[in-house]
Amino acid sequence: MKYAVDERGYYGNFGGAYIPEMLYPAVEELRQQYLNIIYDPSFQEEFNNLLRDYVGRPTPLYLAKRLSEKFGAKIYLKREDLAHTGAHKINNTIGQILLAKRMGKTRIIAETGAGQHGVATATVCALVGLECVVYMGKIDTERQKPNVSRMQLLGATVVPVTSGSQTLKDATNEAIRDWISNPVDTHYIIGSVVGPHPYPDMVARFQAIISEEIKAQLLEKEGTDKPDYVVACVGGGSNAAGAYYHFLDEEEVNLIAVEAAGHGIDTGFSAATSVLGTLGIIHGSKTLLMQTEDGQIVEPHSISAGLDYPGIGPLHAHLIESGRAKVYSVTDDEAMEALVMCSRMEGIIPAIESSHALYALNKMELKPTDVVVLNLSGRGDKDLATIINYLDNIDVPHGK
Amino acid sequence: MENRLTRLFQEKKENLLNVYFTAGFPELESTGTILKTLEKSGADMIEIGMPYSDPMADGPTIQASNTVALKNGMSIRKLLLQLEEVRNEVEVPIILMGYLNPVMQYGIERFCAEASRVGVDGLILPDLPLHDYEELYRPFFERHNLSVIFLITPQTPEERIRKIDNLTNSFIYMVSSASTTGNKVGGDEKQIQYFERIQSLKLQNPKLIGFGISDRGSFELACKYAEGAIIGSAFIKVIQEKENLEQNIEKYIREVKASETVAQ
Ligand SMILES: Cc1ncc(COP(=O)(O)O)c(C=O)c1O
Repeated sequence: MKYAVDERGYYGNFGGAYIPEMLYPAVEELRQQYLNIIYDPSFQEEFNNLLRDYVGRPTPLYLAKRLSEKFGAKIYLKREDLAHTGAHKINNTIGQILLAKRMGKTRIIAETGAGQHGVATATVCALVGLECVVYMGKIDTERQKPNVSRMQLLGATVVPVTSGSQTLKDATNEAIRDWISNPVDTHYIIGSVVGPHPYPDMVARFQAIISEEIKAQLLEKEGTDKPDYVVACVGGGSNAAGAYYHFLDEEEVNLIAVEAAGHGIDTGFSAATSVLGTLGIIHGSKTLLMQTEDGQIVEPHSISAGLDYPGIGPLHAHLIESGRAKVYSVTDDEAMEALVMCSRMEGIIPAIESSHALYALNKMELKPTDVVVLNLSGRGDKDLATIINYLDNIDVPHGK
Repeated sequence: MENRLTRLFQEKKENLLNVYFTAGFPELESTGTILKTLEKSGADMIEIGMPYSDPMADGPTIQASNTVALKNGMSIRKLLLQLEEVRNEVEVPIILMGYLNPVMQYGIERFCAEASRVGVDGLILPDLPLHDYEELYRPFFERHNLSVIFLITPQTPEERIRKIDNLTNSFIYMVSSASTTGNKVGGDEKQIQYFERIQSLKLQNPKLIGFGISDRGSFELACKYAEGAIIGSAFIKVIQEKENLEQNIEKYIREVKASETVAQ
């Protein structure tokens, strides 16, 4: 596997574990155990049963007819929006909660931005009966109130984070601080392919179910298990990692990563990490991140809280640097346009994150024979307040 | 020139007081005043924090001082200039502490060279992996006569402690309990067992206990089990008051070191 993580946790120049000693024993314990636990047949059985009966997998691979006509290629949507809790995030939290139990952990912590990963974590904690604490930037708790209520209803404690810029990166810092103070009984469920090794690799393996299913479903529908393109949005990069995973070494499959440009790349309000980022260290991983010349981490901007992260997973930094993946940046306005388009043309309200991937179809040069699989990472219900607020302030009428 | 930390550890083997403050706090130009006053008041060595936007091992007090310092305009470049100016007025060993990313952006080799040139004696980079130090950066530290300081915690396995002891050439930073900076050292049974366990390892380097040392009581307790201790958050609280900065520092340090002063 050319793009697999190496023994020391690197993807090319990116990755590793840049953590203070206080975290070392817990991360090392995880590193030593994760592969043995995950590939134990009884783990696999439990994991797959839950994915089927609880999450509702496999999620459909749906040929979007009207989008296909519009873009002049066969567009398939991988319907992660239909997974339990409304996004791909649950694939990872199911995997990590089973792992945590087998490691004898009794308490779970997580960070969340939009609240999707927080909800997915609170959900699996309820499922297995473990204590759950979710750190969320204070600003995000106000922006995403319904998800705070969902987490609380599921029995989690939501801690509003008031340090730094009070958003996702600070919620992550605070979760790390909690883990430093509770290194023995607690497992930290990170929500994307970020953080110190082994997290990026572990989360990618749990999300790999997405591309495993795509291959089988495409073979049935198209007689080939290789699409011409796989398209996904990238915040930290977990849904993209899952959608790419089994295609990484199949170089004839083009991998398309879509980043959030916010107001526009050069406006100072953007989250286009691969363009604006430089090599550095964020949350324990050497990767591309948005920072000042002095190495202070910069606060990003995107209308979608899930893409509002100043870094990018080390796998993606490597795929982009090596040219294996091609990146498009999509602005807030473009994503919202695609969101309305998909809602009206397919009867599917996508998450704002996923809408970034949808807009990228405009930027790709597609041929009628092309088969495109677009990972629809989540549904837009969580974004309703943001969507309505946005549409109220521009000229697009809500109804026709 | 001889490394001032090396000399200190040859001359003094107990009750070593290391005081931490964040560069650029409470004001951009406080560095010189704080350094001089700390030396005069009896600090044996001084650890200066290079402020960072995301100090993940620090509790609320030091986090807040980092935020203020960055707002004040502090940077590695600025700090090195300040040290260059003040270095001939203070003899006390100086250690710089900071997260790896800003140092990496400055350039690790260049940083070692410049820090050494302005009279820094040691570096603490808590998120620098041992492996990277051994494989990549060790020659820079050695060429520029900088000591490297690593942390150990109650969870660090003995084998790793031994390895750290072999890599170190000044002191071992013993984190007092599983916590971020600023939590209190209570001296409960579990903590004392940890202190005694490390004491019994008979490490070749001196140990300084840090995280949660705040007053004379916790300083003296730590000095029973280690060669010295480090005060961080508690000192940041002392210098929060911009008024009477010097008097407040002197009073605080004298209180912490009261027994030593009496003994002399
Ligand atoms: C629906 C959806 N898509 C994408 C993301 C971005 O995360 P990642 O890049 O890890 O897939 C999120 C994060 O909250 C999300 O909720």
